[in-house]
Amino acid sequence: MDVFPYLVAGWVFLAGCYGLATSRNLIHAVGCLSVCQAGTYVLLLTVGYRDDATAPVFSDLKPGSRPVVDPVVQALTLTDVVVGATVTALLLALVVQISKRHGTVDPDELSELRG
Amino acid sequence: MDELLPLLVAVPLLGAALLVAGGRLVSRPVAETIGCAVSAGTAALALVLLLNCSPPFLEWAGDWTPVDGRSVGIVLTGDGPGLGMAALASLLTLAALAYSWHYFDEPPHGHAGSFPALLLLFQGGMCGFAIAGDLFNAFVWFELMSVVAYALTGHRVEEARAVQGALTFAVVTSLGAYAMLMGIGLLYARTGELGMHQIGRGLDAHGRPDALVLAAFVLVMTGLLVKAAAVPFHFWLPDAHAVAPTPVCMLLSGVMVELGVFGVWRVYGTVFSGPGGVPAPEFERALVVLGALTAVIGAVMCWYQRHIKRLLAYSTIAHTGLFLIGIGVLKPEADDGIALYVLGHAGVKAALFACTGILLDRYGSVDEHALHGRARELKGVAVLFVLGALGLAGLPPFGTALGKSVTEEAVGGPLTVLYVAASAVTAAAVLRVAARVFLGLGPRPEAGSGYETTGSGERPETRHRLSRIPDTMTAVPAVLLAGAVAVGVAPGFAKVVAHSVNETGSAGVFTSVHWTPAGVLLGLVSTLLAGVLAVLAVVRPKPFAAPDRALPLRRLQSGHVGDYVAWVLVGTTVLGALTLPGMLGG
Repeated sequence: MDVFPYLVAGWVFLAGCYGLATSRNLIHAVGCLSVCQAGTYVLLLTVGYRDDATAPVFSDLKPGSRPVVDPVVQALTLTDVVVGATVTALLLALVVQISKRHGTVDPDELSELRG
Repeated sequence: MDELLPLLVAVPLLGAALLVAGGRLVSRPVAETIGCAVSAGTAALALVLLLNCSPPFLEWAGDWTPVDGRSVGIVLTGDGPGLGMAALASLLTLAALAYSWHYFDEPPHGHAGSFPALLLLFQGGMCGFAIAGDLFNAFVWFELMSVVAYALTGHRVEEARAVQGALTFAVVTSLGAYAMLMGIGLLYARTGELGMHQIGRGLDAHGRPDALVLAAFVLVMTGLLVKAAAVPFHFWLPDAHAVAPTPVCMLLSGVMVELGVFGVWRVYGTVFSGPGGVPAPEFERALVVLGALTAVIGAVMCWYQRHIKRLLAYSTIAHTGLFLIGIGVLKPEADDGIALYVLGHAGVKAALFACTGILLDRYGSVDEHALHGRARELKGVAVLFVLGALGLAGLPPFGTALGKSVTEEAVGGPLTVLYVAASAVTAAAVLRVAARVFLGLGPRPEAGSGYETTGSGERPETRHRLSRIPDTMTAVPAVLLAGAVAVGVAPGFAKVVAHSVNETGSAGVFTSVHWTPAGVLLGLVSTLLAGVLAVLAVVRPKPFAAPDRALPLRRLQSGHVGDYVAWVLVGTTVLGALTLPGMLGG
């Protein structure tokens, strides 16, 4: 088993976290959250990958003739993409609203809720 | 009976779809009636299933049953704890809908159905999470309930604070959810299964736990503990509760946070408790340490708040700490106690939020200092508020007291002191608010340190400030408090709860749950302690106001989303460090 893709998944996730923690712009922060999520896509697809296997589409493939990659993780990734699209859309809508109400998208200047 | 299980999710989702599609055609009362009818129907279904759930239901959606022990289908589990949480979520949704009946902000023209539709979606997500028997589905329901919760938190989009609190909530919880998904991916890589029982069996078949199991455990628990608002994952919660509309706060504090605790219990019990998972002493250490920290920080921060909704939010954090300790000690009696405690707490906390909502809508403020003595005329609300505080302290015969005493007996030793202290301090803070706001006792408090959210100048959630309190707004907290008392006194109720929890949780060990003299005494002690603290704080505010040495703790709650993300990473590391030693040892 090759560990390289797993390291990439972890790296992408942590890079997203770093971006979120240090972001000075909320749109950038929402992007960083998507980067974190991209880490989960990489991990899921890595889990299902098999050497020399093809896509699990059986229309032009005799079942059992060749190995295929795991379709379950592909379904999971697809679901994850849908979930992520919803979250990102909602977050960006909230950022638009924050920009209207606060006049800024810099989290350092949003200090009304504290203590 | 088991084929009715998916309806718990399908009915609220269909109801929400109906309201979204037809909401613009119908008037507001019709939309709200549909919302109430659908959530009440789901609640009734959950209760019927709950009464017939022995032995537990198992439903493979679409008949994708396992072949030779390998499964690809989606499994729903209808056991006592899961259906109990679904019933609690449904009943609280009904309460929130009834509470917002007609009073809540006039929706924009043509969108009469949007708020009840969102609440029904929320209910569907929570019910789905409660009965999910498969980890990936649990993640999807977790995300559904979270996304709806963000939308509901930021429901008043024209409020500056509301959108800010909703964004913080969304970023932190989503990050937790993605960590959980990473963990699920690792577990699938090891076992090739997604059903919780199947994963557990796969891990056991693989032999001793290794780094992958540890990483999966830490990642999955991170997601669930963010939802459960354990320290240091808790920062989103006070911000979200301070800005969310009152009916939403009732649901967030009453059941959504508890679903995170329930998730920890369910996932550990079915996935990681075997020989191939995380050893019991490691789990116990991690949860008891985090739980104790949560209880202490929650109680201390609760005491220093003047924004009443934030105060109640911190009290929820303190109680979550107690719940985590209870499930962390891995004793059947403690599980029973926590189940009862959660039920009682849901009623009490939702009632307290409902009363706070009345203050907000009548005086346009939830600031303890600004409201000093102004609510003298609200006698009925004052009684409900004080009763809620006493329930929080664990005064017998509230269900909180029964649950707390059972758990205290099970955890034993110094942790009992923590249970008494945390519930006494949080209740004392609520009693202090009651004494100042409803009775006008004590001198008017001086301005604080400045590093705080005051809660004055909030916009009421009704069209106008209320001159007369609608009956629904007082009836709902009264019914909720009656429910919290019923949990403690209804004959046989505690036994039924204990039986259904033990049936799934503790491998055939059945315990009996009842009031004990020691438990009653401890309940009275914590109530007395709460009363004394509250009186002292009201009479002599100076020594009990926030001292400077509390300031570093308050500064952590900075309102900055980047800080909170950093704390989530710290928490994940701490969780790993607490779990690691036993994995190295054997």
